[in-house]
Amino acid sequence: MSVTISLPPKGAAPDAPDPKRIAFRQKLGRWDVQLSPYLYISPFFILFAVVGLFPLAYTFWVSVHQWNLIGGQGKFLGLDNYTYVIGQPQFWTGLRNTFSIFLLSGVTQTLTALLLAAVLDQNIRAKTFWRMGVLLPYVVAPVAVGVIFSKMFADQSGLINALLDKVGLGPIAWHAEVIPSHIAIATMVNFRWTGYITLIFLAAMQAIPREVYEAALLDGASRARQFFSVTVPMLRPTIIFVVITNTIGGLQIFDEPRVFDQTGQGGSDRQWMTITMYIYELGWGPQKNFGRAAAVSWLLFLIIIAVGILNFLITKRIASDGPKQPKVVPASTAASTPTSASAASTPADAVTSATASAPRARRGVGSASEGAPS
Amino acid sequence: MSSDPLALGLAGSGAAKHKARRANRKARVGRPGWVTYAILGFVLVLSAYPLYYSFLLGSSDATTIARTPVPSLIPQGNFGTNVARVISADIHFWKAVANSAIIAVITSLSVVFFSTLAGYSFSKLRFRGRGPLLVFVVATMAVPTQLSIVPMFIVMSKLGWTGKLEAVIVPGMVTAFGVFWMTQYLETALPFELVEAARVDGCSMIRTFWHVALPAARPAAAMLGLFTFIGSWTAFFWPFIVLGSSNPSLPVAIQLLQASYFKDYSLILAGVTIAALPLIVVFMFAGRQLVAGVMAGAVKG
Repeated sequence: MSVTISLPPKGAAPDAPDPKRIAFRQKLGRWDVQLSPYLYISPFFILFAVVGLFPLAYTFWVSVHQWNLIGGQGKFLGLDNYTYVIGQPQFWTGLRNTFSIFLLSGVTQTLTALLLAAVLDQNIRAKTFWRMGVLLPYVVAPVAVGVIFSKMFADQSGLINALLDKVGLGPIAWHAEVIPSHIAIATMVNFRWTGYITLIFLAAMQAIPREVYEAALLDGASRARQFFSVTVPMLRPTIIFVVITNTIGGLQIFDEPRVFDQTGQGGSDRQWMTITMYIYELGWGPQKNFGRAAAVSWLLFLIIIAVGILNFLITKRIASDGPKQPKVVPASTAASTPTSASAASTPADAVTSATASAPRARRGVGSASEGAPS
Repeated sequence: MSSDPLALGLAGSGAAKHKARRANRKARVGRPGWVTYAILGFVLVLSAYPLYYSFLLGSSDATTIARTPVPSLIPQGNFGTNVARVISADIHFWKAVANSAIIAVITSLSVVFFSTLAGYSFSKLRFRGRGPLLVFVVATMAVPTQLSIVPMFIVMSKLGWTGKLEAVIVPGMVTAFGVFWMTQYLETALPFELVEAARVDGCSMIRTFWHVALPAARPAAAMLGLFTFIGSWTAFFWPFIVLGSSNPSLPVAIQLLQASYFKDYSLILAGVTIAALPLIVVFMFAGRQLVAGVMAGAVKG
């Protein structure tokens, strides 16, 4: 298979011209073979080093200094920036809002998407049409979604309040109060992402072998029972993947709350100001203090990692709590990739199977736990 | 169903679909009842109505909007005038359109080219450290890069790039997701024999890539380009910070519109509607491919 190691046949010209030139061309060919692979992957690594790795370290460097938008680097402050921001009530308000919005959107989104995927996973007519229907909001920019919904959720003469009025419910102060504003923002996030996640779940569901359902049906499992005992446990790697990406994205939310009103402050009492909005305000608002903005960035980074790990553990628990033989399922997930037909030639496949190309891995899962329903 | 959902999604070949359909039919005799379609119809209304609502209000005027919170389903005739007002508003409208187009086109082309190059190397060339490096690429997808805005902004000011398009284009020129996506695709879509044949015929490494790998990668590359285009067309946070209001991208211009004309939602939502229109047109033509792309394992973000 190692085609590319073989030397280019150029040097073996029959009428042997100048031996020096042959040697040079051979060397050139060998360099070409040996260096090209690295050359081709280098753009990614260079760019990641410059815009990914370095800024992360540099953020920490900035955060321990006096540093202003105008003045630049000042004196070393140690952890003063951290103690300052932790002492600010706004930091905690921002944290509360971020988590509240994240939970409201993340939970409803994942559950709705699971149910909707189950609906789409039937033998329906005009499949592609319905699938396109759920994906449509994805092409609308979050800012546009935010502006549209901020009008729909207007406290006075807004669409939602008018509809609530028609069914006899009092108007809700969507912008003035804390939880209603979080619900409105979570609705924007859900609008844009639910369809996308539905399709990810749908792809995973279609990779579940139909025989498993037939077996469950023979055992007299109802539709609901099939969903909870077969579908959900088998989607575990996908659910974990969605929850993790949700965490990384959701805790950094900025666009939608930024345009929930025209001032972008997150409300008069900071009802919906998120942590990322707070970072922006510290760095580019009246203070123009990069040191403090960087300190909050690092705190948020640590929080995201912590929550990501926590979520991973929780999701693992929940998704493996299938009533039947819960122990079988966890043992046969991502690790079982190599058993399937997919050519798991690299260690990377073990990682990747847990992420994007989940359906590939799930074939293995299916065959491994087929015995379950008996 | 199919052995490889990626290939299935990308190739979208009639044969694969037909097979899938038959398999489905065997497993589930009969079609679902009207409840299913009622649910789906309801969801469809939920996904489409906010956009239509934006158009309805964009074709109305400020006083009507204040009087009727639930707009009539028939659009009024002011859309043209509102759009004209958006264009003449103090938001650099045409500049924003041009900027967004330039950013999205260059970023997509660049991501496709560099990702295909790296994906070809990872999937078809043998070199030391290949496995660990690929794991590293996948791992970088989990790094929340949005949090690096402070140092990124400092770097961009040092380079003199604040307010310039380079500041948005260059950081997005190649993505971990793109590399991973192309690696996955080329793994199955490009036979080793083809690479071998090109090499035996005396192609240099780069010519082999250009004449053999690139054509084979075309379906996946098109899809990657599409997703990258959507991603950069809708991006707000970083352009908002680094470009500012004098040289905005389209989402930044929308935010400006909302901030300066917040009393007149007919104007704002007319702007939102025309800003969203290009991608909706793209969606009408390429929606099928987008669905296939998401289902083949596109990653959120």
